[in-house]
Amino acid sequence: MSSNAAGKTEHGPGAESRQVLTFVLGNETYGVDILRVQEIRGWSAVTKIPHAPSHVLGVLNLRGSIVPIVDLRMRFALERAEYTAITVIIVVSVSSPAGRRDFGVVVDGVSDVVDVNAAEVKPAPELGQRSATDFIRGLVPVSDRMVVLLDIDKLIGSEMRSMGDNAETAEPAPAASAA
Amino acid sequence: MTIDLTQFHDAFFEESFEALDSMEAALLKLDIGAPDKELINTIFRVAHSIKGGSATFGFSEIASFTHSLETLLDELRSGNMQVTLPMSDLLLKSVDVLRAMLRAVQAKQPLDAQRVSDLQFDLELMIAQKPALAPAFAPAPVPAPVAAPAPATEAVAPVAVTAPADGVEAAAGNRWQIRFRPFREFFARGNDPMRMLRELAELGELSVTVDADSLPQLAQLNPQECHLAWVLELSGAVAEEPIKQVFEWAEGDCELEIRQVGGRPAGVPEAILADAAADALLSVPAVEPAAATVAEPARSEAPVAPAAPVAAAKPEASVSSLDSGSIRVSVEKIDELMNTVGELVITQAMLNQLGSTLDGPTAEKLRAGLAQLERNTRELQESVMRVRMLPITFVFSRFPRMVRDLAQRLGKQIELKLTGEQTELDKTVLEKIGDPLVHLVRNSVDHGIETPETRIAAGKPAFGTVHLDACHRGGNIAVEVSDDGQGLDKDRILAKARARNLIGPNDQLTDEQIHDLIFLPGFSTAEKTTDVSGRGVGMDVVRRNVKELGGKIELRTERGKGSRFIITLPLTLAIVDGQSVAVGTETYIVPLISIVESMQLKTSSVSRLSGRGEVFSFRGDYLPIIRLHELYGIEPRAHSLQEGLIVVAEGDGRRVGLFVDDLLGQQQVVIKSLEANYGHVEGVSGATILGDGSVALILDVPGIIRAASLRAAA
Repeated sequence: MSSNAAGKTEHGPGAESRQVLTFVLGNETYGVDILRVQEIRGWSAVTKIPHAPSHVLGVLNLRGSIVPIVDLRMRFALERAEYTAITVIIVVSVSSPAGRRDFGVVVDGVSDVVDVNAAEVKPAPELGQRSATDFIRGLVPVSDRMVVLLDIDKLIGSEMRSMGDNAETAEPAPAASAA
Repeated sequence: MTIDLTQFHDAFFEESFEALDSMEAALLKLDIGAPDKELINTIFRVAHSIKGGSATFGFSEIASFTHSLETLLDELRSGNMQVTLPMSDLLLKSVDVLRAMLRAVQAKQPLDAQRVSDLQFDLELMIAQKPALAPAFAPAPVPAPVAAPAPATEAVAPVAVTAPADGVEAAAGNRWQIRFRPFREFFARGNDPMRMLRELAELGELSVTVDADSLPQLAQLNPQECHLAWVLELSGAVAEEPIKQVFEWAEGDCELEIRQVGGRPAGVPEAILADAAADALLSVPAVEPAAATVAEPARSEAPVAPAAPVAAAKPEASVSSLDSGSIRVSVEKIDELMNTVGELVITQAMLNQLGSTLDGPTAEKLRAGLAQLERNTRELQESVMRVRMLPITFVFSRFPRMVRDLAQRLGKQIELKLTGEQTELDKTVLEKIGDPLVHLVRNSVDHGIETPETRIAAGKPAFGTVHLDACHRGGNIAVEVSDDGQGLDKDRILAKARARNLIGPNDQLTDEQIHDLIFLPGFSTAEKTTDVSGRGVGMDVVRRNVKELGGKIELRTERGKGSRFIITLPLTLAIVDGQSVAVGTETYIVPLISIVESMQLKTSSVSRLSGRGEVFSFRGDYLPIIRLHELYGIEPRAHSLQEGLIVVAEGDGRRVGLFVDDLLGQQQVVIKSLEANYGHVEGVSGATILGDGSVALILDVPGIIRAASLRAAA
């Protein structure tokens, strides 16, 4: 699997401009750091995981490794869309306390790669008392649209922690140590 | 130019630990009274190489200790002293101390100086007490190799010290002239002339003349190039082959001429010692005066050096031929390779599936090609799998010492027999099987084998036998621990089980069931608890460990004749034989090892217990039914128990019926981790990729049973 310098440029002081992959979800346009994107692939049927949160659709075979797939529509409590041949999965790498992990996120469609100037990024407004905007790094206007920049680590990392809890407490299955 | 030696520390520690293991093994094989010379040489070599290494790295305590050890061993080697029981005990203790020292140094922790110096004192006392055969060779401490800072002196030390005091062995021999002119890039190819000179010096009496004619001025000198050449004269009972082996790796990197020149030389004419040459090699001309003085003490030992043992030549040669047969590779690299091959297997299966759907004349050719690909991938997979395999001797090798010590402590006479040590199994399995085997062997020694008096009274030989055996048995490996001791007392097991309410007072059990009892937690038949075993933990842990590896353990025992534990293990943890089952649209893999049988249920055999779910009768037992679709929240095709099938599965000693829609087929699957990117899922031990590229989860049957019983209890 290709490794990139994910994360290195994220918080660097010199990161005035960085490239962001934008994608559409419902009526909104979101963006993720392009360095976190492993690949973009078409939809294929997933294998369900028992006892998984509802927005974790299941796992896919990504060139030999087993990658969980998260439906961002369900994660953001949007109306559920049909999965068709043109549904797109963006595979991103998340850095978690347990190391790098790969995740696939299902989105409506990928739009573009844009340059984002750090100075243009506005903080997300506080919405209510719940930390619902934790995973939003900021908002940035691109052409005439507003792009919501996502912090993938926080978005999926928080999921990971709730799932990871099982992993830490349960005794390791023999298979896991071999693979 | 300084080289950061710390980068070699790991290799040094690793090799030293391995060397100590072989030293220990050799010590245990050593017959008191009639020691095998080869074994003593092996032991000596270990002490010698650890000494050399630790001196090089500046671990002076270890070097000093091994020096004393080496001196004693040298006495043994030269026949000045005989191997006695106290001595072999002392040597074994030295192995322990050395191990502890190495570990301490490795962990950068302080050494147990008291223990070390006590033992060193014992060693030197033993040397001093030897028969006054060769009084000249007192345990004269030679601090030079440790204290001297110059690398040259350290390098020379082994040459000087290997030389035993008596020159008797250097009998009539050959004389060789070796012209050795390395090319300039000699160093860049990873060669070390100093090492070669040193090895030659160990073969016989070596005189070295250095040819520094082509050495450029300091300003022009490129220190990474070799500008020196040597004319070497080697005499002693040396054949050509060992000499050639020294230069084996330098072939093509140097001009080399080996010539036999008459008999023994009259003297050592105009000889510059190996160390001086080494100095010239390491130092630029400007430093030469200093180097010469450093070389001085070594030169004074010159009369000793010619006596370099001829006997050493042979074992040295055999060792190098062994060494060249293997390389060290990190497990990570092999795992990577395994993963890639796993993917290849999947891709190949996908192609196969695709190929079978095609028609036409070219399709036939394609299929032939695919069949070839399948064979090749399978072979490749097997080869890669074999790379991970290690002989079980890595585990077995710890037992001779353990049994010896235990037997001594318990006052028993025990002979340990090891067979099938070369049987190979996966490294992961190997690492995890060690502890269970230790338990079993301990049990055999402690509970199995009787005291000599009891044995003689029972008409058995005083020496008890504990036998460890390993062999391949149809895709599995069977490891057996057997003893000819007292066996297990069925009645006592039964009485104990009744006393603990593990079974009802009137239950009739088969032999097999009785033997199974000892694997229950907290079950020990030992009448008194010893510090060796019998604390009541053990057999259940053994069984759990074995099960975690996907294996099983059986016991056969006959009272008065002994007992036999048979552990059956899969060869590898990376692949599992699985049964694919369908539940709704999903496919799951049930490991074959946990399947008892599969069956269709009749309505009459199912009953509902209030609050405890469904049960069905199976060979006289009532087993709970776990509906996989309920457990996993899937819409099944078969709702009523009669439509689907029941897979009777076993885990943690309990059996359940797993209700599935259909059985699909059996196949070997490559286990993939779910935890790498996701996390642990209850009741799932991993995932695999099917021939069509989709993912199937592998069921963890013991986990499912545990989860189900928790749910039932709640």
